[in-house]
Amino acid sequence: MTNQHHSTQPKTKVAHSGIWSYVIGFVLAVTLTLLAYVIVVNHLATGFTLLATLLGLAAVQLLVQLVFFLHLGRDKNSRWNVASFYFMLLVLVIFVGGSLWIMSNLNYNMMMSPEEMNKFMLDQSMRGF
Amino acid sequence: MSHHLAPAVETEAEIKEQLDTKSLGFWIYLMTDCVLFGALFATYIVLHTSTFGGATSHDLFNMPFVLLETMVLLVSTFVCGMAILAAHAGRKQLTLILLGATFLLGATFLGLELSEFSKLASEGHGWWASGFLSAFFTLVGTHGLHIAVGLLWIGVMSWQLYKRGFTPGVTRRLILFSLFWHFLDVVWIFIFTIVYLIGVA
Repeated sequence: MTNQHHSTQPKTKVAHSGIWSYVIGFVLAVTLTLLAYVIVVNHLATGFTLLATLLGLAAVQLLVQLVFFLHLGRDKNSRWNVASFYFMLLVLVIFVGGSLWIMSNLNYNMMMSPEEMNKFMLDQSMRGF
Repeated sequence: MSHHLAPAVETEAEIKEQLDTKSLGFWIYLMTDCVLFGALFATYIVLHTSTFGGATSHDLFNMPFVLLETMVLLVSTFVCGMAILAAHAGRKQLTLILLGATFLLGATFLGLELSEFSKLASEGHGWWASGFLSAFFTLVGTHGLHIAVGLLWIGVMSWQLYKRGFTPGVTRRLILFSLFWHFLDVVWIFIFTIVYLIGVA
């Protein structure tokens, strides 16, 4: 009985809020994209500040699209979707973060920056290696 | 008796349960695809300074062009959402029109991307030129390949919708397709930021 109650009510609610969810998501996504673009094209920031700002804007836009377009976590039955999403994030952090850490460590232990390594490889290939 | 023999019409609850199960399966596929893209992003970030004396990301990318690509894909994902709403409302013709618009925008995006690729390759900055360009073409090309598969999917689905109307199977595929298409836009946010914006900054 209660089950029936639950399944009929949210359906109409989704239909009503649906179009606004997409419109809000779209406006926010366009704004965030343009903001990041303007910052880069007009050189409004440099170095670490720029990197942090751009990655921050990308992360916010990720959240916007997950919530307003993909509707992650809206349905009460989507617990497993949310769980697998968090698990994917964990895997990404471990292996993307880990790869970058290992590679920068490697460069450090070779006593060379990637640019110097690049130059070294180029010199070697000029010599016919 | 007949209740047992006939492959009875699916009840609403059964359809809902099937959609939940299949959409979870599809969602898990999308999560594994995220891991695939994660590997390509890691490769790109490690290799993006390995230009082998050739052009760097500062020299190559045409930002207004990339912004246009980004906006086309964003509008496409929005229109796709509208198509799903139209499908929920049971409006077949409107759904078909919106799916057509999604297809055209997606095809425009793919066309822009391919023209960028061919311009780079014809100027000698192809995937063979350096580690940086190999990683670039692999990452952006894999995203483009997903878009191409999505276009094929829209085509098949529109045909099914046109022929059969809103059967449970067609509606389910429509919803799963919208997940796929939104997901591709999410991946593009990171390509736009990490490859292009940070590349020219």
